[in-house]
Amino acid sequence: MALKLADYKTDVHNDWCPGCGDFGIVNAIQMALAEMGVQRDKATIFSGIGCSGKTSHFINTYGIHTLHGRVLTFAQGAKIANPEMTVIAVGGDGDGDGLGIGAGHFVAAGRRNVDMTYIIFDNGVYGLTKGQASPTLKLGEKTKSLPSPNTNFNVNPIGLAVASGFTFVARGYSYDVKHLKDLIIQAVKHKGLSFLDVLQPCPTYNDINTRDWYAGSDLVDEAQKRHSRIYKLEDTKYNPVVHYAGEAEVNEKMSQALIKSLEWDAKIPTGVFYKNEIVGPHAFRLLDKIQNYLENPPAFQRIADMQGNPATDISETLDHLMVDQNTNN
Amino acid sequence: MVDFTWLIGGPQGSGVESGANIFSKVCAEIGYNVFGKREFYSNIKGEHSYFAVRISEKKIQSNVNDIDLMVSFDAATIFRHFDEIVSSGGIIYDSDLEKTSTDDVNTLEQDFKERLHYRLETKNKRFTIKGVLETLQERGVKVYPVSFRDILSNLAEQAENPKFKGLVRMFNVIGVSLSLGLLGIPSEPLLHSIDSIFSKKPKIAEINKQAAIYSYNYASAKFDDFSHRLSGTTKQQDTIMIQGHQGTALGKMAYGCRFQSYYPITPASDESEYLESHEILQVYGDRPGSIAVVQTEDEISAMGMMIGSALTGTRSSTSTSGPGFSLMAEALGWTGINEVPVVITLYQRSGPSTGLPTRHGQDDLLFAVHAGHGDFPKIVYASGDIEESFYDTGRCFNYSDVFQVPVIHMMDKFLASSVVTCKRFEPNKISIDRGKLLDKVEGEYKRFARTEDGISPRSVLGLDNGIFWNTGDESDEVGHISEDPENRIKMMDKRMSKLDLISKQIPNDEKVSSFGVYEHTIISWGSTKGPILDAISMLRKEGIDVGFVQIKLIHPFPTDYIKILLKDSKTIIDIEANHSGQLGKLFTQNMVRNIDYFILKYSGRSMTSTEVYDSLKKIIENKSDKREILMHGA
Repeated sequence: MALKLADYKTDVHNDWCPGCGDFGIVNAIQMALAEMGVQRDKATIFSGIGCSGKTSHFINTYGIHTLHGRVLTFAQGAKIANPEMTVIAVGGDGDGDGLGIGAGHFVAAGRRNVDMTYIIFDNGVYGLTKGQASPTLKLGEKTKSLPSPNTNFNVNPIGLAVASGFTFVARGYSYDVKHLKDLIIQAVKHKGLSFLDVLQPCPTYNDINTRDWYAGSDLVDEAQKRHSRIYKLEDTKYNPVVHYAGEAEVNEKMSQALIKSLEWDAKIPTGVFYKNEIVGPHAFRLLDKIQNYLENPPAFQRIADMQGNPATDISETLDHLMVDQNTNN
Repeated sequence: MVDFTWLIGGPQGSGVESGANIFSKVCAEIGYNVFGKREFYSNIKGEHSYFAVRISEKKIQSNVNDIDLMVSFDAATIFRHFDEIVSSGGIIYDSDLEKTSTDDVNTLEQDFKERLHYRLETKNKRFTIKGVLETLQERGVKVYPVSFRDILSNLAEQAENPKFKGLVRMFNVIGVSLSLGLLGIPSEPLLHSIDSIFSKKPKIAEINKQAAIYSYNYASAKFDDFSHRLSGTTKQQDTIMIQGHQGTALGKMAYGCRFQSYYPITPASDESEYLESHEILQVYGDRPGSIAVVQTEDEISAMGMMIGSALTGTRSSTSTSGPGFSLMAEALGWTGINEVPVVITLYQRSGPSTGLPTRHGQDDLLFAVHAGHGDFPKIVYASGDIEESFYDTGRCFNYSDVFQVPVIHMMDKFLASSVVTCKRFEPNKISIDRGKLLDKVEGEYKRFARTEDGISPRSVLGLDNGIFWNTGDESDEVGHISEDPENRIKMMDKRMSKLDLISKQIPNDEKVSSFGVYEHTIISWGSTKGPILDAISMLRKEGIDVGFVQIKLIHPFPTDYIKILLKDSKTIIDIEANHSGQLGKLFTQNMVRNIDYFILKYSGRSMTSTEVYDSLKKIIENKSDKREILMHGA
């Protein structure tokens, strides 16, 4: 029976603020799952802490709401143990999941390249603790609940992801749900770790990067026409894909993504910045050592017989420890 | 009755450990029980390390203070250990070191040098190896000078291969072979063990065997006045020789752990590395299985990955030491509130902070019991020796599955770096019990459904129709966030009721091992077991009975059973390797009964049975302070 969009929604009351950008993201995830026809019990949404952390409760798949900054660790462990599962991890920039308290995991996850998707809800503030500066807020900016302007430089999520080894790096905008849904589908289908930086206005605490600001209400061109700050890379000549395994090719595509990631303010790119499927996912690295890893992964192994006796035969290892092994041989 | 201790020492990186391995293997092969322990600095190359190997015909479970034969190819070993050699003992040393003074050895701590100088001064000796050796000779200790370099030169000449001259890496094999020659141990097992240690490098094995035979013959021809001869004894069946970390590693393999995440830390990472090098597992009547071993970016990640894996129904664990466990505390609470079965193998070392990173301590008992904020049920379980640790690993996984709680399996550095002979493990002694783990779900499913015994049937990620939610927030039965006060009470009561269930369902003999209860009875936990049992049997020979109750289930504390056990015991002696007597605190808190005497050691070195015996004797003779602090060991 084909699943409908409604099947991916739970009846949990959603207590995000009216007008919150998070709604667009959760809708896009549900639409992407429905469009891909992912079986509900073969997918898990992992989430971090804060407003974005509640996401897993609103999606009708397995949902694991983890700890501040640690979402990637839980998600990777589950995916490695059960590689057949579709795994999407979500977290705030503001809850620091990927860029603050969890930044170490972010970098390490990039190096590992486990086949799953990580979506950051990027709004520049810590919402649930009432609007403190988050790692993506620009230096010197003062959102409305900050006592004084932000004294830290901002993290560049796209640049950090590219530099850390993520093999799919993209940016979406939470008020362009259809585009975001398409990006999520590409990210989930990507063989390796995919990263989506989703710009998501916080209507309550971020009075700088508002929906109007993204829409460019303050920008007027020579013809006195307003234009949106957001534009799509796919509408330009930008080509994010690494086509062959040459150092020069990889360097060029990475550098181009890094340069593009620095664009901000008047023009903000969305879409895919970098995509490299030539680097194999973590599972392939395990396959090099454990040849039947994908057919017989940790989660599906039989560890006991019907009577509960251990199914694992360690006698060969014990033989090697026998004191009289030499006389036996 | 043979009860003999041999010590080899040298700079870290000089092959002390493989030398000791050869000696231990040889002794085991000719039928002796072996108990060896390794001590080393937090250092890669150059600092002093040593291995003390005790062998006997009887079962032994500890080291003693006395050394019967020491072999050393560096001065530091002699300066640090000469006092431990008994008068009937001997020392084989590199005669090229005789002129070396304490000032020539830059690895000696100032404090140590001052103590040593004071001792030598009172005996009117110079601060040199020669001075030290004179004190030994005056006590009757036999000294056996051998120029290790001359041995290499002679080998080079004999083999017509000048390369031998520079092979100082073979000093360890030379030292071992000299010892075996002196002790009259047959040479065949020596060659066997060199073959097995260098099995992948036959050329190196060959060179080492030449050096071994030469040194062995050298010692047996030249030295014939040593009072000890070790000719071997009746071989025991089904004996394995095993190193500390292998007990829990093999337990994880046998009892179905299929995922281990870890961050490198002494003394825990040896276990993970052993698992990774045995990652392909043979399965009866089936295709091979495997264990995924993941080295993470930190211990927080190790914990998170383990939990993620456990949620898929995989038996999952991590292995760490105190500093790493500190980082795991937050996520431990998450496993508590979400009732996730995980096993954390905690190889303790001396704290606080980095403490003595490569030294022993049982410092983390109270921390393990109280780790994590908020009230949640967990199990803390402690193994007393390597053999136990294998079966206990299976138990810990069963407990975690049956009660759906995190289990902290307490191990320590003493266990980790001991090498012992013991009975070959029999995995079928413990069967695998996965509790209320579901393999299919029909109808509506609630992960935290309230049940009579407080344990809910457990679905896992990816199971058909088994969808559930987890959250670190308080949740309803489905797993969605709930701040409702009545739900909160119900959920807290559900989870916390498991502590009573654990107390009821774990059999008494898994909670506590009682080795007799007398007027004086010891309570203890973990690796003190060996030294205590050996000390008790020493006292028994003198007609003195001392009881010993080894507490394995630390939390929830088996108060009722211990009360029954100890009701007729008048004097309670708590023995632990920490400063504050942590088990004693738990005991007093739960039993409402005071500890009469503490025997404690926190020098970073493991207890010997000698010092436990001495302290017990003082207590029995009423000559003891309330706190006896043990100090032995370099």
